Amino acid sequence: MHELPFTQSLLEIALRHAQQANAQRITDLHIVIGELSSMVDDSIQFYWDIIAKDTIAQGARLHFRRVPAELQCMVCFNKYRPQQGELLCPTCGSVGAKILAGEECFLEAIDIE
Amino acid sequence: MPRQIKIVENILSANDRLAEENRARLDAAGVFAINLMASPGAGKTSLIEQTLARLDGRLRVAVVEGDIATSLDADRAAAAGAQAAIQINTGGECHLDAVMLRSALEQLDLSQFDLLIVENVGNLVCPASFKLGAHASVLVASTPEGDDKPYKYPGMYRGVDVLVINKIDLLPYLNFRMDYFRRGVEALNPGVLTFPLSCRTGEGLSAWVDWLIHQARAT
Repeated sequence: MHELPFTQSLLEIALRHAQQANAQRITDLHIVIGELSSMVDDSIQFYWDIIAKDTIAQGARLHFRRVPAELQCMVCFNKYRPQQGELLCPTCGSVGAKILAGEECFLEAIDIE
Repeated sequence: MPRQIKIVENILSANDRLAEENRARLDAAGVFAINLMASPGAGKTSLIEQTLARLDGRLRVAVVEGDIATSLDADRAAAAGAQAAIQINTGGECHLDAVMLRSALEQLDLSQFDLLIVENVGNLVCPASFKLGAHASVLVASTPEGDDKPYKYPGMYRGVDVLVINKIDLLPYLNFRMDYFRRGVEALNPGVLTFPLSCRTGEGLSAWVDWLIHQARAT
């Protein structure tokens, strides 16, 4: 949903780390995105192609690792993956699950030359 | 030589860093700041007007209004007695972010205020993702929106420190099941501080205003 500020921040982080490592070029970015963070890969790629132009990251490949959402019901302690955005516990119907995974949104690594 | 560098850095961390700077600036000046969020029409601006009227000069208040366009809300806040009212037009952005708040703070002499009220853009989705640096995030829910909103917008209901339930005077006319609504809230955000009130009749407003005064004096 906020792919432009996301992509700008992504570039800033990658360039900063590449500079610290005296890299000539960034070839790949490894990004981890949780299912609940509502980021759209295609849209990030679209902005990336524009904003990374004329930087050492121009043409770098973006690799997305998607982390599925995992919740744990705080009533029956069943662990489940929400289906079609339905957050209720499928076993006991309770609300109030704890989110175990799915909110990730970070740059894991970059490949440089 | 091609090689890989491990990073593991949160991608929205730039905003979070700026939010921390905003917070430090507010703390240094002793200003208590709230980030008021709600859907359009829930009554954020009405709540600010009623709050200013009831504070009656007991706190020095600055209001920062975030809107996609117009300065209607800043005008209302100034007319209601805010010592300063700054309008931020986001120009299409659906939320305020820490950079926008920073530019507003730069226009204020913070030593002149006790309380800063930031009215975010009316939206139940995006503002939850962008920290501003306020001390408390406050969600204004209103009864005509329906009792299913905590279930439909869990991101917003999960992340707030305070919940205001506005327009309780309309409850007799609506199919709003307060227990169902509160169960959804409690499930996502157990023990969240809640103020049911009506900006129209004034019911419940004094508890909210007392809380603000207490917080502002403790900051």
